[in-house]
Amino acid sequence: MAHRLRGAAAITGLGITPMGRIYDKSSTDFAVDAVRLAIADSGLEKSEIDGLLINAGITGNTGGGVSLQLQNALGMGNLRLLNHMNAAGSTAAQMVQYATMAIDAGMVNHVVCVFADAPLREGASAGAAYGGAGRRQGPTGILGLSAGAGHFGANTSYALAAQRHMALYGTTQDQLGAVAVAERSWATMNPHATMRDPLSLEQYHASRWIVEPLHLLDCCLVSNGAVAVIVSSGERAREMAQPPVYIWGMGQGHPGDSRSAGDFPETETGARIAAETVFGMAGVGPEDIDVCELYDCYTYTVVVTLEDYGFCKKGEGGPFVEDGKLGPGGSLPTNTGGGQLSAYYMWGMTPLSEAVIQTRGQGGERQVEKHDLVLATGNGGALNYHASLVLSPHAN
Amino acid sequence: MADDVPVKPVSQPDELTEPFFAAGAEGRLVVAVCTVCGDMRLPTSATCPTCLAEGLEWREVSGKGTVHTFAIMHRRYHPAWEPDLPYNIAVVELEEGPRLPANIVGVENDDIAVGMPVEVVWEREGEAPVPRFRPVA
Repeated sequence: MAHRLRGAAAITGLGITPMGRIYDKSSTDFAVDAVRLAIADSGLEKSEIDGLLINAGITGNTGGGVSLQLQNALGMGNLRLLNHMNAAGSTAAQMVQYATMAIDAGMVNHVVCVFADAPLREGASAGAAYGGAGRRQGPTGILGLSAGAGHFGANTSYALAAQRHMALYGTTQDQLGAVAVAERSWATMNPHATMRDPLSLEQYHASRWIVEPLHLLDCCLVSNGAVAVIVSSGERAREMAQPPVYIWGMGQGHPGDSRSAGDFPETETGARIAAETVFGMAGVGPEDIDVCELYDCYTYTVVVTLEDYGFCKKGEGGPFVEDGKLGPGGSLPTNTGGGQLSAYYMWGMTPLSEAVIQTRGQGGERQVEKHDLVLATGNGGALNYHASLVLSPHAN
Repeated sequence: MADDVPVKPVSQPDELTEPFFAAGAEGRLVVAVCTVCGDMRLPTSATCPTCLAEGLEWREVSGKGTVHTFAIMHRRYHPAWEPDLPYNIAVVELEEGPRLPANIVGVENDDIAVGMPVEVVWEREGEAPVPRFRPVA
């Protein structure tokens, strides 16, 4: 028997702003734009929106991030649900989950979930937008040993994780590169994507080291912009403007980061826990998934996430991706908009937005023919936080 | 003296970890042991993450371990580290279990490998003691 909440709610609106090096808008400006676009997409009136969930990106930590003030900028004075949430890159999927539960509880009708960020500054590198985030104060104590050893930011953490995977399982640079190449192939067909020139494995290898074993092209973009989605009941979704994107499964898994105690989740992530819940609720398994939209802050994240969802065995993610099955025409179309590596970096909204497009069948040139079940994942911290959704165009 | 020479931002003792750095200044590596459950850790909070009890004592350990993983930094994130580029950063797993991030010294980056046996060597950045590791001869 199907889970009671399977198909009970649906994503009914999507708004994606222009992305990239756009300097004349604040995070809040971007957020308002995305919400306006999502409302127009859904066919609702603004007055019908009665829930608002907000996620600021890195500017939530470094300053200038979108805040609860967004409610006032949007002129939404009758909200029945409001929060500013942060579990890093897992937040987008989580916002949809909490919206679904609140709708089921009868608290609220239409919840807009928005992510906005604007860390890029004119004349400063993308790395500066993130690499500087961790060193505003001098390091202290045990946690400070990382910075004291010259460890700066997520690039270092993911390089350490990837190196461990390579040592344990023989994962190769070619295999990581296969992820970058496949995603770029998809991005060439995505008008929202920042990087649309085709990429060869040779070009991948030639890109400079950032933190070895990660090349520049193993690392995600940094983008200014915003994405919003609207969650409504499945029943209402059937009468709305867009093809409904029903929420079949919801899951989370959070190993955290107690690395000083020896539990750094380098090669087994929260996706393992989330997989049981999300597939359990949806009543499906990895073999049923048609399209994957996986959080891809680094190429390595895709490899380890595929393993943890059971698409292949632990340690076999490298050979699994090497044959090009993630790319156009492959047997497991993955990150079909180009992902965070080639399209845009909106934390968990990157995979979620493309999942909505594919589930609706609105992917145009890049639309995957069979899209009955789509997995969208979010990952945050250094593989510390994870949340995911299984989406379907079918009510049940 | 040029006072604009950048200084590496190495970790400073706080109330919890003062004994860790004080031992380091004497060339000894100590870890915290929970007085209730015996959990051994490099503490990031005063309470034990295993049993949630307060109370720890510091115990000297061998200083020997292995490279759990490592990476090579190629990009300039901080001016004080620029002359060292490309430099390594590792996670070392101590024989006693706990792990800590540290640079590996006395070896070329290309010769570092996961699983390599290493031992602690306390160096100084300015006045501050910094735990680093070198290959076991």
